[in-house]
Amino acid sequence: MAIDTEKNSYTIIFAIVMVLVVGSILAGLASGLKPLVDANKRFEKQQNILYAMGINANEGTSDVAFISTDKVEEEFTNTITKQYVIEGTKATENSEAYLIDIKKEETKAKDPNYTRKLPLFEGVKDGNPIYVIPIRGKGLWDAIWGFVAVDKSMTIQGVFFDHAGETPGLGAEIKQRYFMDDFAGEHLLNDAGVFKGINVAKGNADPKNERKSDNAVDAIAGATITGDGVTAMIMKDLKMYVPYFKTLN
Amino acid sequence: MGLLSKKDSKLILDPLADNNPITIQVLGICSALAITAQLKPSIVMAISVVFVLSVGNVVISLMRNIIPSKIRIIVQLIVVATLVIIVDQVLKAFAYSLSKELSVFIGLIITNCIIMGRFEAFALANKPWQSFLDGIGNAAGYGLILIIVGFFRELLGSGTLFGFKVLGDSVEKTGLYAIGYENNGFMVLPPMALIVVGLIIWVQRSRNKELIED
Repeated sequence: MAIDTEKNSYTIIFAIVMVLVVGSILAGLASGLKPLVDANKRFEKQQNILYAMGINANEGTSDVAFISTDKVEEEFTNTITKQYVIEGTKATENSEAYLIDIKKEETKAKDPNYTRKLPLFEGVKDGNPIYVIPIRGKGLWDAIWGFVAVDKSMTIQGVFFDHAGETPGLGAEIKQRYFMDDFAGEHLLNDAGVFKGINVAKGNADPKNERKSDNAVDAIAGATITGDGVTAMIMKDLKMYVPYFKTLN
Repeated sequence: MGLLSKKDSKLILDPLADNNPITIQVLGICSALAITAQLKPSIVMAISVVFVLSVGNVVISLMRNIIPSKIRIIVQLIVVATLVIIVDQVLKAFAYSLSKELSVFIGLIITNCIIMGRFEAFALANKPWQSFLDGIGNAAGYGLILIIVGFFRELLGSGTLFGFKVLGDSVEKTGLYAIGYENNGFMVLPPMALIVVGLIIWVQRSRNKELIED
């Protein structure tokens, strides 16, 4: 080799060329695979929404099972009859509501003059309309989010939670069935019709979750902060939909 | 061995047993503890590392004469990082649920000391073909231990293999559970992986006394 690899100028040129080559390879790959990755993300969102509505492949007490990705698109268009964007108490139909990025809306809403766009999905289950609301909040380490399916009187029909990086075995258990199943049937409003949310509580007097109107479910031991995060995101995000639901009744 | 010379086949076979990266060189322990609670992620991790290490070794070996020695560690890091991002993107596009499950562990391949170790110790000084074999051998030796540990941890910790309930249902009390067998919850936790690796080292050194240091 005739090149002097010890020279400073060579080192700098080598570094620049290497960065350019690697950068263009990765950029090319990322943009080439983007449609596939985006489709996967869309399917996942549809699976999650359908899961909250009780449309899933769960068998008995099995683990969480979604309907398969090749059927989800069709099932989603069949089940979700209407998608709305809610601003205040006004709901406009918008077939792309499920593409609204809640995180970005949350940031924009810090401006007091901005009316936040809230997505809402309406479907039919056993002849009754059922609404799915996306929520998002903070766990112990990272973001947590989910979908809550409610009926007209804001009684929960089903939920789905997910997280970016909660502790395995503790906070990460919020996406297990034994936790999510407890939410079904719980009331978000108290008897007087005031929004109370759902309190993920320990020392719950009702660990078997037989009382559905107590606005509480049993917490996961060792996951206090993640549980509080679930309580907080239900409180904060679902509350914004209450004015709209009042107009429904 | 018609395909490989004796020296070449030694490159592959040595790291599987007598020069295993985990049990002899004690490299790559961090990921061995983190992902071996179940068999499936262990296998996927093993395959990913085989890909990253063999391709990376070849790339580094091809560039060995033009890499400026002052920045060689950074160059190695860039090569690993690039390959890992490729693995990550391909999994996201073609095996989305798997990539969600492995999430952060794929990124952690970058920090796997075996990879940087082989680049520095072998690929920088050897021809591409030998480097490729060395990469395959070391990654396979690493993967082998991962799979053994994953097998025992999933079987004894959760009573399943690949998610199938091979020992019966612990809730419904069927199979082994009907006669009072219980899963060992401790097996699922990372410290137990260290102990299992320790047991493997023990077995290996008692079979081959030459491996015992003074």
